[in-house]
Amino acid sequence: MYRYDKYDHQMLQDRIAAFRDQTRRFLAGELEPSQFLPLRLQNGLYIQRLAPMLRICIPYGLLSSRQLRKLAHITRHYDKGYAHFTTRQNIQLNWPKLPEVPDILAELAEVEMHAIQTSGNCVRNTTTDQFAGVSPYEIEDARPWCEIIRQWSTFHPEFAHLPRKFKIAVCGTEQDQAATQVHDIGLYLVKNDAGELGFRVLVGGGLGRTPMIGQVIREFLPWQHLLTYLDAILRIYNQEGRRDNKYKARIKILVKELGVDVFRDKVEREWERVKDGPALLTAEEVQRCKQYFVDPAYETLPDVDSEVEHLLHRDVLFNQWMERNVHAHKKPGYRIVTLCLKATGSAPGDLSAEQLEFVADLADRFSFGELRVTHEQNLVLTDVRLKDLPELHRALKQERLATPYTGLLNDIISCPGGDYCSLANAKSIPIAEAIQRRFDDFELQKKIGEITINISGCMNACGHHHVGNIGILGVDKKGQEFYQVALGGSAGRQAALGQVLGPSFSQEEIPDVVEKIIDVYLERRSEGERFIDTFQRIGLEPFKEHVYAKAD
Amino acid sequence: MPKLIDKQGQLLDNPWVLVSKDATLEQALAETSQHLLVHVALWNAHKDELRNSGRAIAVWLDSSDQADAIAADLPALPLVALNFPTFMDGRSYSTAVTLRLHHKYEGEIRAIGDVLRDQLFYMRRCGFSTFDLKDSVKLEDAQKGLHDYTTNYQSTVEEPLPLFRRRETSAAV
Ligand code: SF4
Repeated sequence: MYRYDKYDHQMLQDRIAAFRDQTRRFLAGELEPSQFLPLRLQNGLYIQRLAPMLRICIPYGLLSSRQLRKLAHITRHYDKGYAHFTTRQNIQLNWPKLPEVPDILAELAEVEMHAIQTSGNCVRNTTTDQFAGVSPYEIEDARPWCEIIRQWSTFHPEFAHLPRKFKIAVCGTEQDQAATQVHDIGLYLVKNDAGELGFRVLVGGGLGRTPMIGQVIREFLPWQHLLTYLDAILRIYNQEGRRDNKYKARIKILVKELGVDVFRDKVEREWERVKDGPALLTAEEVQRCKQYFVDPAYETLPDVDSEVEHLLHRDVLFNQWMERNVHAHKKPGYRIVTLCLKATGSAPGDLSAEQLEFVADLADRFSFGELRVTHEQNLVLTDVRLKDLPELHRALKQERLATPYTGLLNDIISCPGGDYCSLANAKSIPIAEAIQRRFDDFELQKKIGEITINISGCMNACGHHHVGNIGILGVDKKGQEFYQVALGGSAGRQAALGQVLGPSFSQEEIPDVVEKIIDVYLERRSEGERFIDTFQRIGLEPFKEHVYAKAD
Repeated sequence: MPKLIDKQGQLLDNPWVLVSKDATLEQALAETSQHLLVHVALWNAHKDELRNSGRAIAVWLDSSDQADAIAADLPALPLVALNFPTFMDGRSYSTAVTLRLHHKYEGEIRAIGDVLRDQLFYMRRCGFSTFDLKDSVKLEDAQKGLHDYTTNYQSTVEEPLPLFRRRETSAAV
């Protein structure tokens, strides 16, 4: 993974010093709350319902065991002993104390981590597919490109006060687990007919109040121009994006109001002016970044293992886990393993300090000391030897991290919701739990097959409910917590937005509603159809009829 | 006390009188100062009168105004001021970059309005050369703010070479 050099370290130290001074001035009353607000936000610090919340950046989802141990230490020493993994490959601490935040940042800096630009109206953490670099279905490793964008976006002086937040995703895999099409800018790594590398550029995707799928503004951008093109897009957005209404300030609204063709023309015209300037990427720089992401010391191994074969027939839990949580790897004899953080009864994405340390040990023992964070709020060990899988499974079982639900119904994506978040209309974690309890049976889930359920506590859509096959949104109905349900959302290459089923439901009704939806699917599906396929074939109506049918 | 500083943090005299956006030509010329800083709309409507008024004239742009609106006149303007109605409004950063990069403007670009300590470094990198600080900002603080960071990653007006073209890689890895 990327390692800081003297420049990266220096800039991080500069930032901590600046924030320490800003915090001091704020606490001394020299800085008004309104002036401190964007400064603390750009350092990941919110003031929440119960306490401040600190959002720590995990650049494009990559973590080392050393970083994980530091996080465990921080949660124990400055917080309540656990961390929450978000849908944007970040970590949140829910109980830090404001005067201690500069110290937390200094501790993070020791392991090359920070909270820079995890909030505020600036370019946020760039995200990618969690299988980047190890997937057998990959066009190009996105990680070096994410690192190049990380550096470009960090403290970009021109784009620190945008109309609104700005999110970029880069994807080089076929399957696209990065929700690329619902980002302000989505970049697909592609090759042209001559075999040259470049990007297909999408703009204007996003969730929130006005969900939209991104639109292509350039089919092929040669890699050298990545940063000049980003500069051009951001400059147009910075100058023309709406600032009169924060709900209309995202780039998707600008693209919609101008029309994608007009927007494209503006970007291309701006790009013409800057494209061959000094921000043109060099082969040396790309090479420099790539060297941090070369393959680890893989062994030459057979792609079968007798103990694994044996256990597959003997051990049901192992078999289930292999089926759902273990994925193909580009190297023979290796596998990618998802650690599903969705054991029933634990809040999606939450890990205790002990679990963080435990996972750090696993990464050291089984996966070259590295792991990934996914937007589905799970963790991934990317380079596990096939023959080590039985041992890894035994270890995971002890910590309840072997739940074999990856990609199945109980692998629910949920925001922290009303239990933690001051913006929430309704709770989301108890909803996730109630659904998980209802379906807590592997055979049942397996029968249902691949499906995504996403829950957000409000329109801000941190739980990405618009792109869940079943999307659940907390709404406020005369001061009561209610839930709106939508069907048919999808986040991959065929991204789609869910359609609202009808009037909202109370918290108690939700498990029944989900069950009824599943009933319709099971009854109507044809051979081999996933939930989303059946939905696309039969549409919303049959679900609606069944869910809202009056009891006789 | 109003404080105007340059990139080195030196206090400067400020002979320019800011003429408000809604002022008419008569109101502007009623100012006794020999240095009038007028809004781009007034400038574009009354260029000749202003040029022949016997005063030194400079132009200010609000954050919603585009640099292109004064492109042709830039060679004759000693100063262009860019307004920050609030420090959260970041449009003037791009306007400054456009003036320097595309219009090759080499005169003074001044930040006016909600000009605070914690944005000075960014402004400077985007090509601002002077800063008309808000009253509440202490001079020593502002001088520090100009140097919040040792370097930066991007290609900027002040340092066109991005870090990746300057980096000594020997120390790395
Ligand atoms: S979706 Fe709403 S409730 Fe949930 S975390 Fe985001 S802002 Fe909070």
